Amino acid sequence: MRYLSYWSISATAIALLLAAPVLVIVANIFVPAGDVWAHLAATVLQDYVINSLLLMVGVTLGSCFLGVGTAWLVAMTQFPGRKLFEWALLLPLAIPAYIIAYTYTGMLDFAGPLQTALRELTGWGYGDYWFPEIRSIEGAAIMLALVLYPYVYLMARTAFIGQSLCVLDVSRSLGNGPWRTFFTVALPLARPAIIAGLSLVLMETLADYGTVQYFGISTFTTGIFRTWYGLDNAPAAAQLAAILLLFVFVLVTLERISRQRARYHDTSRRHQELRRYQLRGINKWLASLFCSGTLLLGFLLPAGQLLIWALTTAGEMLDTQFFSLLLHSLGLATAAAVLALITALLLAYARRLQPIAPIRYAVRISSMGYAIPGTVIAVGVIIPLGWLDNAIDSIMRSQFDISTGLIFSGTLFALLFAYLVRFLTVSLHAVETGLERITPSMDEAARSMSYTPLDILRKIHIPMLRGSLLTALLLVFVDVLKELPATLILRPFNFNTLAVRAYELAADERLADSSTAALAIVLAGILPVILLSYSLSRSRHEDTTGN
Amino acid sequence: MKIQLEIKHASVAYADKPVINDVSLELEAGTIGCLLGPSGCGKTSLLRAIAGFEPLSAGEIQLQGRVVSRPGNTLAPEQRKVGMVFQDFALFPHLNVGKNVAFGLKHLPAVERDARVNELLDLVNLRHLRDSHPHQLSGGQQQRIALIRAMAPRPDILLMDEPFSSLDTELREQLAREVRHLLKRDGITAILVTHDQLEAFAMADKIGVIYDGQLKQWDEGYNIYHTPSDRFVADFIGQGVMLKGEVLNSQQIKIELGIIDGTVPAGCKPGCPVEVLLRPDDVIHDDHSELQLEVRSRTFRGAEYLYTLILPSGQDILCLVQSHHSHNVGEKIGVRLEMDELAIFTKGDQ
Repeated sequence: MRYLSYWSISATAIALLLAAPVLVIVANIFVPAGDVWAHLAATVLQDYVINSLLLMVGVTLGSCFLGVGTAWLVAMTQFPGRKLFEWALLLPLAIPAYIIAYTYTGMLDFAGPLQTALRELTGWGYGDYWFPEIRSIEGAAIMLALVLYPYVYLMARTAFIGQSLCVLDVSRSLGNGPWRTFFTVALPLARPAIIAGLSLVLMETLADYGTVQYFGISTFTTGIFRTWYGLDNAPAAAQLAAILLLFVFVLVTLERISRQRARYHDTSRRHQELRRYQLRGINKWLASLFCSGTLLLGFLLPAGQLLIWALTTAGEMLDTQFFSLLLHSLGLATAAAVLALITALLLAYARRLQPIAPIRYAVRISSMGYAIPGTVIAVGVIIPLGWLDNAIDSIMRSQFDISTGLIFSGTLFALLFAYLVRFLTVSLHAVETGLERITPSMDEAARSMSYTPLDILRKIHIPMLRGSLLTALLLVFVDVLKELPATLILRPFNFNTLAVRAYELAADERLADSSTAALAIVLAGILPVILLSYSLSRSRHEDTTGN
Repeated sequence: MKIQLEIKHASVAYADKPVINDVSLELEAGTIGCLLGPSGCGKTSLLRAIAGFEPLSAGEIQLQGRVVSRPGNTLAPEQRKVGMVFQDFALFPHLNVGKNVAFGLKHLPAVERDARVNELLDLVNLRHLRDSHPHQLSGGQQQRIALIRAMAPRPDILLMDEPFSSLDTELREQLAREVRHLLKRDGITAILVTHDQLEAFAMADKIGVIYDGQLKQWDEGYNIYHTPSDRFVADFIGQGVMLKGEVLNSQQIKIELGIIDGTVPAGCKPGCPVEVLLRPDDVIHDDHSELQLEVRSRTFRGAEYLYTLILPSGQDILCLVQSHHSHNVGEKIGVRLEMDELAIFTKGDQ
């Protein structure tokens, strides 16, 4: 009886709907793609695999070096500016990888300020000197690492803070120096957390389209685009997407296992106040230099460059077209955020009120989307919708002699649905965190004091959830604002958003002109960073109370 | 006395798995009852059934003579005038202390509500915390607020689910005394659930020992301790040993320590083998006693020593002695029996 409640039926329906794009991709493995597939396999498939792997290796090295290094310094040592860096190191999260990529290109290419200054200083001309090429696979790895390392930083910092100082002291007392202690005790203990953070970084790396496309590197995401638009072969594009999904699946499994392990690696239940190593002399300045260098390269320089460009071009760029872009982006992001919030509330309440297996699975399936690249979702959305449109159209034509054209695909409906699939996890997580704070006994206490379920919702749940609901709205809002590949594929004809416009202008080598839109995205991206740093400072407060 | 709560042959089942099986009990108005048992015995399920959070699969529950639960018909918790104190207190974090206490008083005019909140806060001496938020309170303070919040609407019965378990031991005893005093002063009928027998003894007028979904005994603390109804209760409550004995006649039983007087259960013929429960406080230390037993081990408990003594047959018995009488392991000490009540079990008993 409980298995057939409204809750379980709607949760299952939502899960099926949200899983549809992935199921379509998987089902397309068995659709023959003809010569195109053989052609792809013979020519470019190997490049896609090798480039994607190389990129992943590079991003792993870069983001671990930056993320673990800064996390250790900030969590365990004391040096000038530590408190500032603790939250400021999150700022690069605000910049989408494709934006940092073309900002650096503008700064470092032949006509950019750096090379121009170098030539003026030395009197060299074109071809007289060697300068590293930013538009390369190494360059792309550096760009991605610069904006993605905060995932590793966040997880590693929490892990380091969670380590009992006693274990480290034991190591010191057994004759290990600080460096040896770091590599033999602290790092292995934090490893599961670091791997969990790293898998998020790599998921974003695989999902990236803007950077690799701009740098002209062939990976799966660009390959899917090319197959879709250039070769016009849907099954082949879906099959490429399926291979990409395989990579993602490995990462998701890795992340899940690591998170479980991380729990067992927590060495103490009650933490004493952290006694940070006081760095002295040159060391403390080196620590400051490392953190400020990371921050400078990951945020200050690119954001500063964007600001300079924006100031010089604002006059011509801030026209009516820009405001229509702004309106499109804000409207789309708001609609997606509200839609995701309602769906998340429905799922979260279903699980709370009826914690039965079918609902638990439905919630889990519905929250897979965060791992799936936007390109893959877009292909998975457009194939079934296109089929549906054609079916409706042919029925209408044969029955009523009316052509309905495209009803779902190529409309905002398709785009919103893709956003929902991709970002539901974000709002679901926020809502569930909020609901956890309302213990079942609070509901029962209120009921024993003569409150009806509706009263309880009004007097307890809504006031206590308000913050989480706002967080859920805000996070999805900003994610949608930054989203590029799915928007590119699914947007209605001639419908532009900030992200699409910034990307198009950059692709046309109009870097300075694209900066207004880019800067607007970065500014919006700072909002969640503020939220995150607020919860960081709260957790720091909890670390130090109770002594 | 008036009966406030009556439970008749009540059963509770989760997905056809019974957790409470055919429980019957009565609680008089103004008395404090306690459901005592090991974890997982079903005591909390019974409490939640009284509150209306769990439906009955058989039997019925009456509050003040009104049937509130029977199979297929469960009066909603919000309609049955019960107050409930939870293990985690369940204070609302977004409301201050005053508003938490006033939460169940929405039917009162503002002035009366205010007066009632102050009255209750005075009762626990926490009026100065009226504007504080729950997270600013200590565990003991949160417990007191949770209690007066449940008392505020003057419920027909107050239900407390392990109300002291999240506090440390010392605070627990002090609060148990305080809460009993408050409930008695206002003549409130209450039931608490606990796994701690000392808490049950300190708080309750009537104790129900629950094991495996069954109410094994519903009685005063003294009787639960000295005349447990079966072996489980004897074993679960307090310490003691079972000594083999033989029925001599309807008034006497012979055990290794001598002949003891008491009422032998019906159906026990002379010569029939029985077992007698011997509590540590039934064995009195007496230097002049003829019965001298060797000390096997001893545990210091502050006010007293708990000695383990060896009988000639090799069986151990326990003996509680004031700590002024210190004897070393291996010494012999004199003891005699002083048993006012007899707890006798035949082989057929569980």
